[in-house]
Amino acid sequence: MGTQLVMYEEEFTKINSVCDRLTKDANAKLVFLVDKNGQLISATGQTTNLDTTSLASLTAGNVAAMGGLAKLIGENEFPNQFHEGARDSLYMTIVGTRVVLVIIFDNRSSLGLVRLRSKKASDELNRIFDSLIRKADLPGIGSPFAEITDDDIDNLFSE
Amino acid sequence: MSFINYSSREINCKIVYYGPGLCGKTTNLQYIYNKTNPETKGKLISLSTETDRTLFFDFLPLSLGEIRGFKTRFHLYTVPGQVFYDASRKLILKGVDGVVFVADSQVERMEANMESLENLRGNLGEQGYDFDRIPAVVQYNKRDLPNAVSAEELRKVLNPRRLPEYSAVAPTGVGVFDTLKAVAKLVLTELKKGG
Repeated sequence: MGTQLVMYEEEFTKINSVCDRLTKDANAKLVFLVDKNGQLISATGQTTNLDTTSLASLTAGNVAAMGGLAKLIGENEFPNQFHEGARDSLYMTIVGTRVVLVIIFDNRSSLGLVRLRSKKASDELNRIFDSLIRKADLPGIGSPFAEITDDDIDNLFSE
Repeated sequence: MSFINYSSREINCKIVYYGPGLCGKTTNLQYIYNKTNPETKGKLISLSTETDRTLFFDFLPLSLGEIRGFKTRFHLYTVPGQVFYDASRKLILKGVDGVVFVADSQVERMEANMESLENLRGNLGEQGYDFDRIPAVVQYNKRDLPNAVSAEELRKVLNPRRLPEYSAVAPTGVGVFDTLKAVAKLVLTELKKGG
């Protein structure tokens, strides 16, 4: 099995604050961070009325498909993608090896500004994820599920 | 690969429905979507062709409740079953925690079932998973059709590992939730072991 992604309070707060700051610095409508397998990690900005779970899953699908295309032409991956809409546009950039930073913006911002600000945020996020991975590797930090019983699992399905 | 968030006290797991083209993977998800409470499910996303064949994947997020204060969420995905979409199938298996192999019980689909099962094994291997170790269940779908092969024969060919297996008629829901519960339980049990 692959390595689990485990998120702790300390890193979660830091990640949210980086995303929050990026939303403001880039004049973005919203910023979210998704793990490459489609799990939403953070969403900041105008997230009300937005189906962030689906957004996360489709982002991962898109990045995976583009990664597949990249490999076919001999590239490792396409780290940045830009999709321009009539009103809103979307920029995504791969952070480290396992997460994707997505920025949605309108004409109050520009691709140049978004690229510039997201580069800085990516570097910060990279450092946070590195420390997260190191933390998860420490002995003594196990799965919170190690102590669950078969009854706990059965109870989920009892209704 | 599950995602455990201590801060929001959530755990997310990924389950993939695999099987040959037209075996009923999407129908399983549609039935689950139609029969679950709105507050426990998200949108059912289907990336399909104009003729309603799955092009990339279907996706349905589902909340199952809490275990020890952690909200458990399952993300259900299907793969496109048609042989030529293999590149897409591989991508969807990334980060999978549990697999449902949906077999088409019709005699003329036996070869397609076997081919798809081999394909699953190979594609899991490419992603670093071992089919013999990953939480998995088998569903024999379309049991209501007159040309359905006996369960015994299906078992012999498609389930030598003796995985939990369920007979199903996906459009009417027979076996659909049994299959889902079984794979969800296996995934949680694996997490308990420290996955």
